[in-house]
Amino acid sequence: MTQYTRVDPPEGYSAPGFFATSLDKVVGLARKNSIWPLPFATSCCGIEFMATMGANYDLGRFGSERLSFSPRQADLLMVMGTIAKKMGPILHQIYEQMAEPRWVIAVGACAASGGIFDTYSVLQGIDKVIPVDVYVPGCPPRPEQIIDGFMKIQELVGNESLRRRYSPEYRALLEQYGIK
Amino acid sequence: MEQTLIQTSLKEKFSAEILSIDENSDMLTVTVNKSCIRELIRFLKDELGFVFLTDLCGVHYPDKELALGAVYHLHDLSRNIRIRIKAFTSTSQPEIASITDIFSSANWMERETYDFYGIEFVGHPNLIRILNVEYLDYFPMRKEYPLEDATRTDKDDRFFGR
Repeated sequence: MTQYTRVDPPEGYSAPGFFATSLDKVVGLARKNSIWPLPFATSCCGIEFMATMGANYDLGRFGSERLSFSPRQADLLMVMGTIAKKMGPILHQIYEQMAEPRWVIAVGACAASGGIFDTYSVLQGIDKVIPVDVYVPGCPPRPEQIIDGFMKIQELVGNESLRRRYSPEYRALLEQYGIK
Repeated sequence: MEQTLIQTSLKEKFSAEILSIDENSDMLTVTVNKSCIRELIRFLKDELGFVFLTDLCGVHYPDKELALGAVYHLHDLSRNIRIRIKAFTSTSQPEIASITDIFSSANWMERETYDFYGIEFVGHPNLIRILNVEYLDYFPMRKEYPLEDATRTDKDDRFFGR
Protein backbone atom coordinates (compact mmCIF):
# COMPACT_ATOMS: atom_id res chain seq x y z
CA MET A 1 0.00 0.00 0.00
CA THR A 2 1.15 3.54 -0.67
CA GLN A 3 2.49 5.38 2.32
CA TYR A 4 1.14 8.87 2.72
CA THR A 5 2.72 11.55 4.86
CA ARG A 6 0.37 13.98 6.49
CA VAL A 7 1.40 17.52 7.28
CA ASP A 8 1.18 18.55 10.90
CA PRO A 9 -1.94 20.49 11.83
CA PRO A 10 -1.46 24.18 12.62
CA GLU A 11 -1.37 25.53 16.17
CA GLY A 12 -4.81 25.64 17.73
CA TYR A 13 -7.14 24.36 20.41
CA SER A 14 -8.51 20.92 20.17
CA ALA A 15 -10.85 18.90 22.31
CA PRO A 16 -13.05 15.92 21.53
CA GLY A 17 -15.24 16.89 18.62
CA PHE A 18 -13.70 20.21 17.60
CA PHE A 19 -10.51 21.92 16.55
CA ALA A 20 -10.16 25.70 16.54
CA THR A 21 -7.46 27.71 14.79
CA SER A 22 -7.20 30.89 12.73
CA LEU A 23 -8.28 30.98 9.09
CA ASP A 24 -4.86 32.40 8.09
CA LYS A 25 -3.16 29.24 9.25
CA VAL A 26 -5.54 26.85 7.52
CA VAL A 27 -5.37 28.74 4.25
CA GLY A 28 -1.60 29.02 4.56
CA LEU A 29 -1.30 25.29 5.19
CA ALA A 30 -3.40 24.49 2.14
CA ARG A 31 -1.57 26.96 -0.10
CA LYS A 32 1.95 26.01 0.87
CA ASN A 33 1.41 22.33 0.13
CA SER A 34 -0.06 22.83 -3.30
CA ILE A 35 2.02 25.52 -4.97
CA TRP A 36 1.75 25.47 -8.76
CA PRO A 37 5.03 26.70 -10.20
CA LEU A 38 5.45 28.37 -13.57
CA PRO A 39 8.97 27.57 -14.80
CA PHE A 40 10.46 30.47 -16.72
CA ALA A 41 13.64 28.70 -17.75
CA THR A 42 15.95 30.49 -20.16
CA SER A 43 19.28 28.69 -19.72
CA CYS A 44 21.36 26.25 -17.68
CA CYS A 45 19.51 26.82 -14.38
CA GLY A 46 16.48 25.47 -16.25
CA ILE A 47 18.38 22.20 -16.76
CA GLU A 48 18.97 22.00 -13.01
CA PHE A 49 15.27 22.58 -12.56
CA MET A 50 14.55 19.61 -14.81
CA ALA A 51 16.69 17.52 -12.47
CA THR A 52 14.74 18.99 -9.56
CA MET A 53 11.49 17.88 -11.15
CA GLY A 54 12.92 14.46 -12.01
CA ALA A 55 12.63 11.28 -9.98
CA ASN A 56 15.85 11.72 -7.95
CA TYR A 57 14.88 15.02 -6.35
CA ASP A 58 11.17 15.14 -7.18
CA LEU A 59 9.66 18.50 -6.41
CA GLY A 60 6.32 16.67 -6.39
CA ARG A 61 7.09 15.65 -2.81
CA PHE A 62 6.43 19.26 -1.83
CA GLY A 63 3.01 19.38 -3.44
CA SER A 64 4.26 20.90 -6.68
CA GLU A 65 3.84 18.00 -9.04
CA ARG A 66 1.63 20.08 -11.26
CA LEU A 67 3.57 22.68 -13.25
CA SER A 68 1.52 25.45 -14.72
CA PHE A 69 2.53 26.56 -18.18
CA SER A 70 0.03 29.39 -18.12
CA PRO A 71 0.75 32.31 -15.79
CA ARG A 72 -2.97 32.63 -15.08
CA GLN A 73 -3.13 29.42 -13.05
CA ALA A 74 0.30 29.69 -11.43
CA ASP A 75 1.15 30.63 -7.86
CA LEU A 76 4.91 30.75 -8.12
CA LEU A 77 7.01 32.21 -10.91
CA MET A 78 10.37 30.45 -11.02
CA VAL A 79 12.80 32.51 -13.09
CA MET A 80 15.79 30.39 -13.98
CA GLY A 81 18.50 31.78 -16.21
CA THR A 82 19.84 34.92 -17.84
CA ILE A 83 17.19 37.48 -18.65
CA ALA A 84 18.19 39.77 -21.51
CA LYS A 85 16.99 43.35 -21.35
CA LYS A 86 14.78 42.61 -24.31
CA MET A 87 13.13 39.83 -22.30
CA GLY A 88 12.45 42.20 -19.36
CA PRO A 89 9.07 43.55 -20.56
CA ILE A 90 7.91 40.00 -21.34
CA LEU A 91 8.78 38.84 -17.83
CA HIS A 92 6.96 41.87 -16.45
CA GLN A 93 3.89 41.03 -18.52
CA ILE A 94 3.93 37.41 -17.37
CA TYR A 95 4.08 38.56 -13.76
CA GLU A 96 1.12 40.88 -14.39
CA GLN A 97 -0.87 38.00 -15.87
CA MET A 98 -0.51 35.93 -12.71
CA ALA A 99 -3.41 36.09 -10.27
CA GLU A 100 -2.89 37.09 -6.63
CA PRO A 101 -1.50 35.70 -4.44
CA ARG A 102 1.71 35.20 -6.40
CA TRP A 103 5.32 34.60 -5.46
CA VAL A 104 8.58 34.85 -7.35
CA ILE A 105 11.80 32.93 -6.92
CA ALA A 106 15.00 33.99 -8.72
CA VAL A 107 17.08 30.88 -9.32
CA GLY A 108 20.77 31.31 -10.06
CA ALA A 109 23.23 34.18 -10.19
CA CYS A 110 21.92 35.56 -13.49
CA ALA A 111 18.31 35.89 -12.41
CA ALA A 112 19.40 37.28 -9.05
CA SER A 113 22.00 39.81 -10.17
CA GLY A 114 22.95 39.41 -13.81
CA GLY A 115 25.68 36.94 -12.83
CA ILE A 116 28.78 36.95 -15.01
CA PHE A 117 26.90 38.87 -17.70
CA ASP A 118 27.76 42.39 -16.58
CA THR A 119 27.05 43.80 -20.01
CA TYR A 120 24.80 46.16 -21.92
CA SER A 121 22.39 43.51 -23.14
CA VAL A 122 21.57 41.68 -19.90
CA LEU A 123 19.13 42.68 -17.18
CA GLN A 124 21.12 43.04 -13.96
CA GLY A 125 18.78 40.96 -11.82
CA ILE A 126 15.06 40.37 -12.36
CA ASP A 127 14.26 42.55 -9.33
CA LYS A 128 14.76 45.45 -11.74
CA VAL A 129 11.38 44.58 -13.30
CA ILE A 130 9.40 42.44 -10.82
CA PRO A 131 9.43 41.97 -7.03
CA VAL A 132 11.29 38.83 -5.89
CA ASP A 133 10.55 36.81 -2.73
CA VAL A 134 13.46 34.36 -2.62
CA TYR A 135 16.89 34.41 -4.29
CA VAL A 136 18.76 31.15 -4.85
CA PRO A 137 22.51 31.70 -5.40
CA GLY A 138 24.64 29.41 -7.52
CA CYS A 139 25.85 29.14 -11.10
CA PRO A 140 23.87 27.01 -11.57
CA PRO A 141 22.53 26.01 -8.13
CA ARG A 142 22.24 22.30 -7.41
CA PRO A 143 18.75 20.80 -7.15
CA GLU A 144 19.14 20.71 -3.37
CA GLN A 145 19.58 24.48 -3.39
CA ILE A 146 16.54 24.97 -5.60
CA ILE A 147 14.53 22.78 -3.22
CA ASP A 148 15.89 24.79 -0.27
CA GLY A 149 14.74 27.99 -1.98
CA PHE A 150 11.41 26.39 -2.69
CA MET A 151 11.01 25.45 0.97
CA LYS A 152 11.76 29.07 1.90
CA ILE A 153 8.89 30.04 -0.40
CA GLN A 154 6.69 27.46 1.34
CA GLU A 155 7.57 29.09 4.65
CA LEU A 156 6.58 32.51 3.30
CA VAL A 157 3.35 31.15 1.81
CA GLY A 158 2.42 29.30 5.01
CA ASN A 159 2.98 32.31 7.26
CA GLU A 160 1.49 34.99 5.07
CA SER A 161 -1.35 37.01 6.53
CA LEU A 162 -4.52 37.01 4.43
CA ARG A 163 -4.53 40.78 4.63
CA ARG A 164 -1.02 41.26 3.25
CA ARG A 165 -2.04 41.58 -0.39
CA TYR A 166 -4.49 44.36 0.48
CA SER A 167 -2.02 46.36 2.57
CA PRO A 168 -0.78 49.78 1.48
CA GLU A 169 2.81 48.53 1.79
CA TYR A 170 2.15 45.80 -0.76
CA ARG A 171 0.39 48.26 -3.06
CA ALA A 172 3.39 50.57 -2.78
CA LEU A 173 5.73 47.69 -3.62
CA LEU A 174 3.81 46.91 -6.80
CA GLU A 175 3.59 50.60 -7.65
CA GLN A 176 7.38 50.69 -7.57
CA TYR A 177 7.41 48.24 -10.45
CA GLY A 178 4.65 50.00 -12.34
CA ILE A 179 2.02 47.34 -11.58
CA LYS A 180 -1.43 48.54 -10.55
CA MET B 1 46.79 32.90 -59.56
CA GLU B 2 43.10 33.70 -59.43
CA GLN B 3 43.78 36.24 -56.69
CA THR B 4 46.10 38.08 -59.07
CA LEU B 5 43.46 38.08 -61.76
CA ILE B 6 40.90 39.50 -59.36
CA GLN B 7 43.38 42.15 -58.26
CA THR B 8 44.16 43.18 -61.80
CA SER B 9 40.54 43.51 -62.82
CA LEU B 10 39.73 45.47 -59.65
CA LYS B 11 42.69 47.78 -60.16
CA GLU B 12 41.72 48.31 -63.77
CA LYS B 13 38.23 49.43 -62.91
CA PHE B 14 38.64 51.10 -59.50
CA SER B 15 42.26 52.26 -59.45
CA ALA B 16 41.34 55.65 -58.05
CA GLU B 17 39.13 54.26 -55.28
CA ILE B 18 41.31 51.46 -53.90
CA LEU B 19 43.24 52.60 -50.83
CA SER B 20 45.11 49.40 -50.08
CA ILE B 21 45.23 45.73 -50.98
CA ASP B 22 46.36 43.13 -48.48
CA GLU B 23 47.07 39.69 -49.89
CA ASN B 24 49.03 38.30 -46.96
CA SER B 25 46.17 37.79 -44.53
CA ASP B 26 43.73 34.87 -44.59
CA MET B 27 41.98 36.19 -47.67
CA LEU B 28 42.34 38.99 -50.19
CA THR B 29 41.43 42.20 -48.40
CA VAL B 30 40.67 45.39 -50.29
CA THR B 31 40.14 48.73 -48.56
CA VAL B 32 38.26 51.23 -50.67
CA ASN B 33 36.69 54.67 -50.52
CA LYS B 34 33.13 54.44 -49.25
CA SER B 35 31.84 56.36 -52.28
CA CYS B 36 32.45 53.42 -54.63
CA ILE B 37 31.17 50.63 -52.40
CA ARG B 38 27.92 49.95 -54.27
CA GLU B 39 29.61 49.99 -57.65
CA LEU B 40 32.39 47.71 -56.41
CA ILE B 41 30.07 45.15 -54.82
CA ARG B 42 27.93 45.08 -57.92
CA PHE B 43 31.01 44.60 -60.08
CA LEU B 44 32.22 41.74 -57.87
CA LYS B 45 28.83 40.08 -58.00
CA ASP B 46 27.98 40.53 -61.68
CA GLU B 47 31.40 40.36 -63.34
CA LEU B 48 33.66 38.34 -61.03
CA GLY B 49 31.16 35.80 -59.72
CA PHE B 50 31.13 36.68 -56.01
CA VAL B 51 27.46 35.74 -55.70
CA PHE B 52 27.25 35.15 -51.97
CA LEU B 53 27.44 37.76 -49.20
CA THR B 54 28.86 35.74 -46.30
CA ASP B 55 28.96 38.54 -43.78
CA LEU B 56 28.59 42.24 -43.32
CA CYS B 57 29.74 43.75 -40.07
CA GLY B 58 31.16 46.85 -38.46
CA VAL B 59 34.45 47.75 -36.86
CA HIS B 60 35.58 50.72 -34.78
CA TYR B 61 39.16 52.06 -34.62
CA PRO B 62 38.79 55.11 -32.35
CA ASP B 63 42.33 56.39 -33.01
CA LYS B 64 41.92 56.65 -36.75
CA GLU B 65 40.46 59.63 -38.52
CA LEU B 66 37.96 57.48 -40.38
CA ALA B 67 37.10 55.47 -37.30
CA LEU B 68 34.03 53.50 -38.30
CA GLY B 69 34.12 50.83 -40.94
CA ALA B 70 31.88 48.37 -42.68
CA VAL B 71 33.41 45.04 -43.65
CA TYR B 72 31.94 42.95 -46.45
CA HIS B 73 32.81 39.29 -46.92
CA LEU B 74 31.98 37.88 -50.33
CA HIS B 75 32.24 34.31 -51.54
CA ASP B 76 32.54 32.95 -55.05
CA LEU B 77 30.78 29.61 -54.61
CA SER B 78 31.80 28.08 -57.93
CA ARG B 79 35.55 28.70 -57.53
CA ASN B 80 35.48 28.75 -53.71
CA ILE B 81 37.31 32.06 -53.39
CA ARG B 82 36.58 34.60 -50.71
CA ILE B 83 37.25 38.32 -50.65
CA ARG B 84 36.97 40.95 -47.96
CA ILE B 85 36.07 44.56 -48.69
CA LYS B 86 36.50 47.34 -46.13
CA ALA B 87 35.09 50.85 -46.33
CA PHE B 88 35.66 53.46 -43.64
CA THR B 89 33.72 56.54 -42.65
CA SER B 90 34.04 59.24 -40.00
CA THR B 91 32.23 59.17 -36.65
CA SER B 92 30.75 62.61 -37.24
CA GLN B 93 29.02 61.55 -40.44
CA PRO B 94 28.72 57.75 -40.28
CA GLU B 95 27.06 57.13 -43.63
CA ILE B 96 27.68 54.38 -46.12
CA ALA B 97 25.46 53.44 -49.06
CA SER B 98 23.22 50.43 -48.53
CA ILE B 99 23.67 47.35 -50.72
CA THR B 100 20.27 45.84 -49.91
CA ASP B 101 19.21 46.06 -53.55
CA ILE B 102 22.30 44.08 -54.64
CA PHE B 103 22.17 41.45 -51.87
CA SER B 104 18.81 41.07 -50.09
CA SER B 105 20.61 39.32 -47.26
CA ALA B 106 22.36 42.59 -46.44
CA ASN B 107 19.09 43.89 -44.99
CA TRP B 108 19.39 42.35 -41.52
CA MET B 109 23.17 42.52 -41.47
CA GLU B 110 23.10 46.27 -42.12
CA ARG B 111 20.49 46.65 -39.39
CA GLU B 112 22.77 44.74 -37.01
CA THR B 113 25.75 46.91 -37.95
CA TYR B 114 23.65 50.02 -37.40
CA ASP B 115 22.44 48.59 -34.08
CA PHE B 116 25.94 48.08 -32.69
CA TYR B 117 28.06 50.76 -34.43
CA GLY B 118 25.58 53.41 -35.52
CA ILE B 119 26.64 53.28 -39.15
CA GLU B 120 23.78 54.64 -41.23
CA PHE B 121 23.25 52.74 -44.43
CA VAL B 122 21.79 55.24 -46.84
CA GLY B 123 19.00 53.68 -48.89
CA HIS B 124 18.18 50.91 -46.44
CA PRO B 125 14.40 50.31 -46.44
CA ASN B 126 14.01 49.82 -42.66
CA LEU B 127 17.06 50.88 -40.70
CA ILE B 128 16.03 50.20 -37.08
CA ARG B 129 17.59 48.24 -34.22
CA ILE B 130 17.38 44.47 -34.67
CA LEU B 131 19.01 42.79 -31.65
CA ASN B 132 19.19 45.32 -28.83
CA VAL B 133 16.25 46.81 -26.96
CA GLU B 134 14.54 49.67 -28.79
CA TYR B 135 15.15 52.19 -26.01
CA LEU B 136 18.93 51.72 -25.95
CA ASP B 137 20.34 55.23 -26.46
CA TYR B 138 23.86 54.38 -27.59
CA PHE B 139 25.73 52.03 -29.89
CA PRO B 140 27.26 49.49 -27.51
CA MET B 141 30.15 48.17 -29.64
CA ARG B 142 31.70 51.61 -30.07
CA LYS B 143 34.85 51.80 -27.99
CA GLU B 144 33.93 54.95 -26.05
CA TYR B 145 31.20 53.10 -24.14
CA PRO B 146 32.04 50.73 -21.29
CA LEU B 147 31.19 47.09 -21.81
CA GLU B 148 29.81 46.76 -18.31
CA ASP B 149 26.27 47.70 -17.47
CA ALA B 150 25.78 50.92 -15.54
CA THR B 151 22.79 49.59 -13.61
CA ARG B 152 24.81 46.90 -11.84
CA THR B 153 24.57 47.41 -8.08
CA ASP B 154 26.11 44.34 -6.43
CA LYS B 155 29.71 44.90 -7.54
CA ASP B 156 31.99 46.71 -5.11
CA ASP B 157 34.42 48.79 -7.21
CA ARG B 158 37.26 48.24 -4.73
CA PHE B 159 37.37 44.55 -5.54
CA PHE B 160 37.56 45.15 -9.28
CA GLY B 161 40.35 47.73 -9.31
CA ARG B 162 38.07 50.60 -10.20
